[in-house]
Amino acid sequence: MRRAAFVLLTATALAGCAASGRPQPASAPAADAAPVFDRDPYPSTYHAPAVERVALVGATVLTATGEEIANGTVLMEGGKIAAVGASLAVPDGYRTIDARGKWVTPGVIDAHSHLGAWAQPESVDAHNDVNEMTDPNTALVWVEHSVWPQDPGFDAAREAGVTTMMILPGSGNLFGGRTVTLKNVPSVTMQGMKFPGAPYGLKIACGENPKRVYGGKGRSPATRMGNVAGYRKAWIDAQDYARRRDKWEASGRTGEAPKRDLQLETLAGVLKGEILVQNHCYRADEMANMIDVSREFGFKIRTFHHANEAYKIAPLLEKEDICVATWASWWGYKMEVFDAIEENAALVHAAGGCAIIHSDDPIVIQRLNQEAAAALSAAWRAGIRINKADAIRWFTANPAKALGIADRVGTIEPGKNADVVLWSHDPFSIYARAERVWIDGGIVFDRADVRYRRHSDFLLGQPGEKR
Amino acid sequence: MTRRLAALVALLLAAPASAETIAIVDARLMTMTGAGEIDGGTIVIRDGRIAALGARVAVPADARVIDGRGGVVTPGFIQADSTLGAVEVSQVPTSADRATHSAAISAGFDISLGLNPDSILLPVSRLAGITHAVTTPPYDDRRGRALQFAGQAAVIDLAQRPQMVTRPRAAMVLEMGEGGAGRAGGARGSAIVQLRTTLADVRHFAAHRAAYDRGEGRPQSLSRVDLEALVPVVQGRMPLIVKVDRASDISEMIALAREEKLRVIIDGAEEGWRVADEISAANVPVILDPLADLPRSFSELGATMENAARLHAAGVTIVIKTGSGVAHRARELRYGAGNAVAWGLPHEAAVAAITVNPARVFGVADRVGTLEAGRAADLVLWNGDPLEPLSQPQALFVEGVEKPLTARPLDLRDRYMPPSP
Repeated sequence: MRRAAFVLLTATALAGCAASGRPQPASAPAADAAPVFDRDPYPSTYHAPAVERVALVGATVLTATGEEIANGTVLMEGGKIAAVGASLAVPDGYRTIDARGKWVTPGVIDAHSHLGAWAQPESVDAHNDVNEMTDPNTALVWVEHSVWPQDPGFDAAREAGVTTMMILPGSGNLFGGRTVTLKNVPSVTMQGMKFPGAPYGLKIACGENPKRVYGGKGRSPATRMGNVAGYRKAWIDAQDYARRRDKWEASGRTGEAPKRDLQLETLAGVLKGEILVQNHCYRADEMANMIDVSREFGFKIRTFHHANEAYKIAPLLEKEDICVATWASWWGYKMEVFDAIEENAALVHAAGGCAIIHSDDPIVIQRLNQEAAAALSAAWRAGIRINKADAIRWFTANPAKALGIADRVGTIEPGKNADVVLWSHDPFSIYARAERVWIDGGIVFDRADVRYRRHSDFLLGQPGEKR
Repeated sequence: MTRRLAALVALLLAAPASAETIAIVDARLMTMTGAGEIDGGTIVIRDGRIAALGARVAVPADARVIDGRGGVVTPGFIQADSTLGAVEVSQVPTSADRATHSAAISAGFDISLGLNPDSILLPVSRLAGITHAVTTPPYDDRRGRALQFAGQAAVIDLAQRPQMVTRPRAAMVLEMGEGGAGRAGGARGSAIVQLRTTLADVRHFAAHRAAYDRGEGRPQSLSRVDLEALVPVVQGRMPLIVKVDRASDISEMIALAREEKLRVIIDGAEEGWRVADEISAANVPVILDPLADLPRSFSELGATMENAARLHAAGVTIVIKTGSGVAHRARELRYGAGNAVAWGLPHEAAVAAITVNPARVFGVADRVGTLEAGRAADLVLWNGDPLEPLSQPQALFVEGVEKPLTARPLDLRDRYMPPSP
């Protein structure tokens, strides 16, 4: 989205609204109108990499629309998928890549990452900008302002086929702040990675983390009931704020505008349905409580993250249309994840729900396909029939839905952005490596070409540069 | 109870397995011995011991036959640098006995005492083909980096039986490099001086025990239990696990080990590939996590997915582990080995790195780590390549005892999984 710079520069001359609609052009400003606030003040400056017309020919294609196409052809043109199918004819003007024996999938999407915000070298305190643990409600912070695009973790993830990630603030607070969705392209600025038009998310955390952090400081929340009271209090404030802004709006923006409040703007954005709730929550009973909180205040939860007990309430989550972003192998590191099972994603999937394999980790993000394979293997062990053509959605189409970008990425079908990975083997094999990666039809990684390795300035001239 | 009856009961309890003959047939056997890999092989297990194995082995008439067609048999896997048996929930300190912050018991900490054979993590790890672990104390730094040594590691089995320790006090654990510097005032030079001083103190103590007991020994920074625990280390009888990552730290420790006549095992070694020839020439084994490819500290700037392959190619004995002090995620061991293969390590070398290599490095190769006739069966039958996530174990034996492929998470699954239509 293009930035409406005039909004900030000539604010007093503009009319606008608090939390609905886009910034309005100043066609008929009232002299005493209050300033509009720009809801996209840190806009994307992303430009697609140099686009080529490419035909991938002969691969097994997992489209993430439910198809596994043998001897498939994928045509990319103008940054979009032009066509996909078995044994398609390649029109003139395409560079053909022989992909026989290889596999093609949509670009990998991680619904839960802290790359850039907790950057490598992660043991250096100066690089930990992920958790603003100074107040249980930090809905006012935007994690994009912590993102360091030189995090070598972005490069490692790109080499593993990750084309899009949602970066979240940490889970130490009830309200952790705004998430940001990034395209995994080399960039000097965060804005250069920002996924154009992707909605913001709000990180909310259940359970042990907030109560441990603040209970340990002798303040609320110190218990799970304190957590819920903290959410409710904040939503009451947000409703009040939204009502005052709406009232001022309805009055034709006469009188003094309610003062802007960064915290309440984000919460009000959730109530308006513009900001998606991304809720860290492990236990089944707590997820049910959070669903009730969302009903009490009239908002939707888009995704439960980690959600290792989702399998206990899979039909409820399906009915509520809430995605579940989880792992296969992580469990037992604290009480609330004691009942985690490898079949979690499969049981959510089998109930008709939206299952996602996420990382929350700079190593796991490099092998979301393998984590999904472990989840699929557990499904097969349990006799649950899920094929690879469906399981591929767990790290492509379904996270695209959770992030609110499913109309653009996550599947290989005509018209979608050409975010594509060419794998050396079946991506559910431990031996598969991403060989080439495209974002919006432009190549961003080629294992055979050293120019695409190691972009981070940090590693330049270091022992890690020529790894 | 008569004495004879009591003796009989004791004998029955001590028997390694039920008196049964089992034959796994038509599987690929990865023996990890000179016999190599045997296609279409049969293993006959009698009373818990491997009676015979090979391509042309007759199946005894009374045998329970397990069809291994399309499958692979490996020795049971061994997870190094683990805390299995010493923790239930990582963030519940009362459920963990893996580390100490008592300054009076540093090197003396013996993790083989007080392990929990009922840990639900053991059957979970078995589902990933793991039959043994090197339970290795990490440092407990919650009250500061006070301790020089983390304590002594033990090899354990995962059979969930009271006598779970395969080999106690198998190695001493010491962190050097960046972490060691933090324990010695903040600089590597300080940590190395401290270590040399400690070794000299231990040697002096070993030579003058009687004087120490009379209160005439020279002043010591370490407690008596720590000094005692370190005697086998300075005498080269107990290996010293040294946790270091930076190439220069590895070189420094190899030189120190040579001078001090210590047997060291390098653990971590993320930049090991940069000094691979040096490690190989010193005949020092390396424990590594193949997935550690990020510059997580200034000591790991050279981390790469190719570390395992490059060290192996240089002739280094490598042991593959999962993370550091792993317990719950031990079940990912075979995936780490598989990734090392994807980045250039030969498949058989990757399996060796989670079977026979750790068995040798930790002194239990006479019991586990290979498929050999005459040994207690410690093996896993897989329905495919054991390093692939899509493969699963079909049968598992821990030192002669067949264990069911069940675990608490599967009970949870079955409680909540809807009945199939």
